[in-house]
Amino acid sequence: MITAEPRHLESRYDVVIAGAGPAGMAAAMGARERGAEKILLIDREREAGGILWQCIHHGFGLIHFGTELTGPEYAQRCLQQVIDGGIDVLTDTYVYDISPERTLKLMSGTQGIKLVDAGAVVLAMGARERTRGAIRIGGERPSGVLTAGLAQKFVNMMGLLPGRRVVILGSGDIGLIMARRLTLEGVEVLGVFEIMPHANGLNRNVVQCLHDFDIPLHLSTTIVDIRGRERVTGVTVAPVDEAFKPDMSRAWDVDCDTVMLSIGLIPENELSRRINLRFDPVTTGPIVSSTMETTANGVFACGNVAHIHDLVDFVSRESLLAGRSAGEFATGKRPPADNIRLMPGDNVTYCVPQTVSSDREHTIYMRVKKPMEECTIKFGDIYSKKLPYVFPAEMVTIKMQAKFLQKFHGDTLRVDVVKRG
Amino acid sequence: MRYDVAIIGGGVVGCAIARALSRFRLRTILLEKECEVGFGTSKSNSGIIHAGHNGATGTLKGELEWAGNRLWDKLHDELDFGFHRNGELMVAMSPEQVSRLEHFLEQGRKRGVTGLEIWDGDRVRREEPALSTEIVAALAAPTAGVVNPYEVCFSLIENACLNGVELAVGMPVRAIRPMAGGGFDIVTPERLVHARYIVNSAGLFSDEIARMAGAGDYTIRPRKGEEYLLDKRLKGLVTRTIFPCPTPQSKGILVIPTYDGTLMIGPTAGFIDDKNERSTTAAGAEEIFAAVRRFCPGISERDCIAEFAGLRATIEGDDFVIAPSKQKGFINCVGIQSPGLTAAPAIAERIVAILRDEGLEMIENDRFQPRVGKRVRFATLSLEDQVRLAAEDHRFGRIGCRCEQISEREIIDAIHAGARTLDGIKFRTRAGMGRCQGGFCSWRSMQLLSSELGIPMTAVTKRGGNTWIVCERKAKSANEGGDA
Repeated sequence: MITAEPRHLESRYDVVIAGAGPAGMAAAMGARERGAEKILLIDREREAGGILWQCIHHGFGLIHFGTELTGPEYAQRCLQQVIDGGIDVLTDTYVYDISPERTLKLMSGTQGIKLVDAGAVVLAMGARERTRGAIRIGGERPSGVLTAGLAQKFVNMMGLLPGRRVVILGSGDIGLIMARRLTLEGVEVLGVFEIMPHANGLNRNVVQCLHDFDIPLHLSTTIVDIRGRERVTGVTVAPVDEAFKPDMSRAWDVDCDTVMLSIGLIPENELSRRINLRFDPVTTGPIVSSTMETTANGVFACGNVAHIHDLVDFVSRESLLAGRSAGEFATGKRPPADNIRLMPGDNVTYCVPQTVSSDREHTIYMRVKKPMEECTIKFGDIYSKKLPYVFPAEMVTIKMQAKFLQKFHGDTLRVDVVKRG
Repeated sequence: MRYDVAIIGGGVVGCAIARALSRFRLRTILLEKECEVGFGTSKSNSGIIHAGHNGATGTLKGELEWAGNRLWDKLHDELDFGFHRNGELMVAMSPEQVSRLEHFLEQGRKRGVTGLEIWDGDRVRREEPALSTEIVAALAAPTAGVVNPYEVCFSLIENACLNGVELAVGMPVRAIRPMAGGGFDIVTPERLVHARYIVNSAGLFSDEIARMAGAGDYTIRPRKGEEYLLDKRLKGLVTRTIFPCPTPQSKGILVIPTYDGTLMIGPTAGFIDDKNERSTTAAGAEEIFAAVRRFCPGISERDCIAEFAGLRATIEGDDFVIAPSKQKGFINCVGIQSPGLTAAPAIAERIVAILRDEGLEMIENDRFQPRVGKRVRFATLSLEDQVRLAAEDHRFGRIGCRCEQISEREIIDAIHAGARTLDGIKFRTRAGMGRCQGGFCSWRSMQLLSSELGIPMTAVTKRGGNTWIVCERKAKSANEGGDA
């Protein structure tokens, strides 16, 4: 692992980036590309790289680097670019506060408490995991209930196991990856229980992490009770109806010592909420323009802070754009303002960015509410594209050329995904 | 070792008694079965210091609620736990309920409770804009407050120990033998403790402790209360504790702005048989959210970040029993449920008086030190102080818990102040109490426990006993978890 030490912490930077995971590292490169000179990349961990270090499985980089990498390999490549780009990296440091004037308060294990002014700020803090409280599983409160990401940290970074007989609630990607990882460690993975009628992770993970290891996936089924006065001793699971109400007459018990939760990620926006940004109630991230600028001047957001991604490659791509925009902002360049608002319509959960400009091409990221085959995505009546299938767990990305947007003369463009025929 | 007094049970009552006795030149020991004090009923207490008008006239509860209420400011000043008087509103949704408010107003005034007022609906909404338009009136009581009940236990025992009390945790009492010449042998798995006097403040288990000594035949029935903690985003939605009009069974389901600002809603009240059961239920959640939405419609189930349940130690007759028993030297403190926390400092004074009456010689300890050292709460300091402290010790500059913004040094201080488990850290510092519920900080806190205490990660527990968190990679049998 490489960690760059800042030569000297300055009191003002052109661009300051909060979070040195894949989003922050790509943003730093984007800012450098657009002429920002003094760039500071901050991370609360001892090493830059974010969550990638604990993702020791492969499957990263096919799009961004054109080759399949493990998480640490992906992190290392990004970090090498950052170091070669002469970007100051300050680790063991937490961005404690931010003001609308873009003064950041840093809390650092090496630098103490410091204030730093930024020409532009990129928010790249990533996401956190949903916990037991968020979905309110009834029962006792024993030890042995933990999120899949924390379990991954224990196993891959600390060489410890979260338990010996594990039940997984939720079929998010981290849970699926951990089902395989724990099985390889000799842990019994008794099953994955998913309340939705479909898996919430990528299909490749369902196949490679569950099917290949004979781990049962119980769809439309959830945990209704956790037992154990001290350590978890078991759970009760039950099938649910269409309104997600458990059918207790068909419930059964599973003896286990661990309940691992993979029930979704939430954009990490504690810092963003210190300034008065507008948020998208669906993504729960800040509303961003087509340059990834939030509603605060010169404050940009990208990666899982803006919306939850399923592939790091898209995080890098989106964050490169955010970094470029921040670099331009810091050097006084402003692109034309957005003139079209995207409105999620039928079977569309959200679109990021929330607004676009008809003067240039955009990559639009979106998610659907339910699976659909043989469908068409329609941007009002200016553009449509056939898609073989859509799936809530897989982000849809659409390249939208300026020439189509220029055909639109309103201010709110509705986006629908509809069945063909 | 021969002790003058053994206190059995280290909840808030036991800790308050220990601290009160530490003012005197006595050899006092507190025996607690859990791995830390306050880990039973006190930990899941709602944290309300009741206003003083609640308990019925002529009951010990009524008398000690008000007496206790008035002792909290001094205690807070000396012991540095979270406390403030945020006031309460008892709200009426119908004209019949208004007459209940008047009853409580009258009851409180007779007792000398200050500041009680009945507000009309407009005044209620002016003061607390988030409350329902259907509220017709409320009894406002500025004497009510909130504390962090676990912090109270930690501070009381820290101060008691500073003044010479011995604390023995992980010491469940198995048998008590009254001795012929007076005094008792107390049997625990690890040691035999001899004490001239016993104070039974064993909460849910105080009936069993009394029976062991032949000192009373009580039956404690646990009455469970589920509580739900809401996201910090709702901080400030209400500033006072909001009570519905109470029923004889319960004070009802409340909205409580905890000392740290997080809203808590609950509790339910249902009798159960098992003194160790603390499960939360879908039905409980439904009941609580439906109940609070009637008077505070802005609260949603989506805001929930954590839930837990606690058990009230109720007895027949429903009043506190604080009295000597037929077994000479054995003092009972039984059936202490709500307003037990409010009353705890007054209960402790009463126990001091009873022990004196029972013949224990009480000589003031002239070296009594009433204060504990001020704990640093980094997030609340001024920028200048933060800069200075982080320059003095880099561990103040390192984040330990991001949701509650706790520095690594504060977590280390908590370990040095006695925290031995993740819950011990959590309830001393709030690390792990926020919206990510320990996702970020639990492994850091585990590493700190491991390095500060010199124990392996596999020996770190959530709250002692078999609450291990991680185990070794090499294969072992399934029921073998952390190696203690």
